[in-house]
Amino acid sequence: MAEAQTKAFVEFQRVQKSYDGEVLVVKDLNLAIPRGEFLTMLGPSGSGKTTCLMMLAGFETATHGEILLDGKPINNIPPHKRGIGMVFQNYALFPHMTVGENLSFPLEVRKFGKSEREAKVKRALDMVEMGDFISRRPAQLSGGQQQRIALARALVFEPELVLMDEPLGALDKQLREKMQFEITDLAHKLGITVVYVTHDQTEALTMSDRVAVFNDGVIQQIAPPDELYESPENSFVAQFIGENNTLEGVVKEINGGVALVELDSGDLIDSKPVNVSKPGERTRVSIRPERVEYNKDRLQKGAHTLKAEVLEFIYMGDIFRTRLRVAGNDEFIIKTRNAPDQVRLTPGTQIEIGWMPEDCRALDA
Amino acid sequence: MMDSSGSLLAVDGTPLRRKLAQSMFRSRVRAFGLALPLLAFIIVVFVYPILDFLRQSVYDARFATLMPATSEAMADWDGSTAPTEEMAAALVADLVIAKKEKTIGKVATRVNRELSGTRSLFTKTARNAKKMKPPYMEALIKKDKDWADIETWHAMKTASRVYTPAYIVAALDRKMLADGSIIQQSEERRIHVQLFARTMEISFLVTIFCLILGYPIAFLMASLPLRTSNLLLILVLLPFWTSLLVRTTAWIAMLQAQGVMNDLFVVFGLATDEDRFSLIYNKTGTLIAMTHILLPFMILPLFSVMKTIPPSYVRAAKSMGATDWTAFWRVYFPQSVPGIGAGALLVFILAIGYYITPALVGGQDGQMVSNIIDFHMRKSLNWNLAAALGLVMLVFVMFLFWVYDRVVGIDNMKLG
Repeated sequence: MAEAQTKAFVEFQRVQKSYDGEVLVVKDLNLAIPRGEFLTMLGPSGSGKTTCLMMLAGFETATHGEILLDGKPINNIPPHKRGIGMVFQNYALFPHMTVGENLSFPLEVRKFGKSEREAKVKRALDMVEMGDFISRRPAQLSGGQQQRIALARALVFEPELVLMDEPLGALDKQLREKMQFEITDLAHKLGITVVYVTHDQTEALTMSDRVAVFNDGVIQQIAPPDELYESPENSFVAQFIGENNTLEGVVKEINGGVALVELDSGDLIDSKPVNVSKPGERTRVSIRPERVEYNKDRLQKGAHTLKAEVLEFIYMGDIFRTRLRVAGNDEFIIKTRNAPDQVRLTPGTQIEIGWMPEDCRALDA
Repeated sequence: MMDSSGSLLAVDGTPLRRKLAQSMFRSRVRAFGLALPLLAFIIVVFVYPILDFLRQSVYDARFATLMPATSEAMADWDGSTAPTEEMAAALVADLVIAKKEKTIGKVATRVNRELSGTRSLFTKTARNAKKMKPPYMEALIKKDKDWADIETWHAMKTASRVYTPAYIVAALDRKMLADGSIIQQSEERRIHVQLFARTMEISFLVTIFCLILGYPIAFLMASLPLRTSNLLLILVLLPFWTSLLVRTTAWIAMLQAQGVMNDLFVVFGLATDEDRFSLIYNKTGTLIAMTHILLPFMILPLFSVMKTIPPSYVRAAKSMGATDWTAFWRVYFPQSVPGIGAGALLVFILAIGYYITPALVGGQDGQMVSNIIDFHMRKSLNWNLAAALGLVMLVFVMFLFWVYDRVVGIDNMKLG
């Protein structure tokens, strides 16, 4: 694995894409995906992630730049010669063919013999536990079953690279979670490289080896899920991944990995400088809701404290979600586990909250 | 809840089925009420006249009403024996009345349809009928020896039937003898079967041409962005804004010997000035003009079906390794078949009853069944035969419809 990581299997080199010659949908994209990686392109709609996937599949041409597959440029190779498996948003199972015929199709066009086709189709169907459905039509299957068939069809000709374009978007929550697990499991078992597009951050975090966060045609950050969540590099990523509290202010001084920030309310707090460089800059300080503590006994040594007023308490079962007013921000959320000794805050009370300075990141304004 | 027979019951004990019917009754009445005015209109001005007219293809009471005595006298005659004196007497009596009432022309026309050349026989005999004395058979034969010919009496026997398959038989180029047997018309009088065949041939060819020309256009329209495809759609619909007559006459200007097309052929050296193509007043003219006029009826259903085929199907096929052609033929085309079915059926059925265009540009060999129906309606005034031709055509179209349903399946047709 470590050896394969060194050489990129899929590579985007300075890729740009424009549809109308006026607006760049993808701006100067550089991305290297090692063999066997599960990479997710995450971003809001219109951020350029699907365009990137379509360029990789060959359905869109890059306006500028080079896309390499296994070291070879593929810009001029038509989609059917790229040998890339693809799962579409609405599955795109051929309605006039049975499940078996659907799976057999990629093998037929690749001129496999009949017995070999049958063996491969059977193996692929067994892989997704759909062996009994070989003679059904797609319309007779449920959404989840169609999803599995689409997956099997993308894998049946044993491609090394599989692209997935929001494949779980049409499923309900429970089924989606089950399929997330099945897809990652299968991908790792087969050792295939997967490029997965979604706008669902939970999906991205639970499934991927690495996540590339897209916004405005640019990759904002590319990192493993835990790093992405815990150390967002800019305020877009911090906002987009998970829930996040922001406090705005100005950098007073930066000293030895600690930035002193004067909030707009006048409070002074320490934070970790991420992309602020000099005093006088405006900054957004970001703190995750679950890193905020209001129980004095549990506050660790060296934690910051600020005054807060409880505005709303929401019981959510496994967790409590409390909305506070902190330093002039009415949307400050804290999350606490529903533990036996947990205090349920009542709206209107004045409390003191605190967090560790390293959990508090000074980002771009 | 269930009753003893096992059917479901509602809470108050009435069978669920009846309860449901009751609860749906009001909305059904309302739906029916909304459709009622149109339904009444269609029944009065469309369904009833058609049924009444179709009845004429098997019903003709003219001879029976105008020659009542003769009809009665012939009722028991089976045509194998010689005509009786009783029949002759009844005939003479009827002829006297017919002459007086001036209905003899209608009678003569009716019998003449069964046996041509008998018209003058009837008018001539009727003039002298008053003076005839018994025995009437001899008097008739003395007047004209054709009365001795049993064929004349056979013709009258056939004409005297109120419900008669004679017209339908005639529409199929056959004739019925007095004993009820059916034989083919003599060779030079067979025109209808050939005409039906030609109508089928023209309709079939027009459908094929429309498909060949329309499919690529519909495909293009379905794959272009909405703005462009709307513009193309307007262009497709543009011909509907001009009258059918104008479009057809425009083709005359285009295709005639000294017309635009032939001039171009001469300019480009494809034809010499003396030997120009005859593109109009023949089957070619009918085919060209009808293909043009019916093309939108092929494009529209095709377009509306193709629009619903998501582009991801073809993409999926290509991602699996299919070439452009394979992706089209194995994935896209099968899904456009419902549109082809709908368009082809629409064009074919419209073409089969086409009238103005073949009448104007068809010449001799471009005429269709509707043109001969028109001829019998307006010129020969043989409405019964016109109705019979219409009935034969209707039955034939129904048959094709049935075949289509068996082969393609009528559910497998989509108009949009």
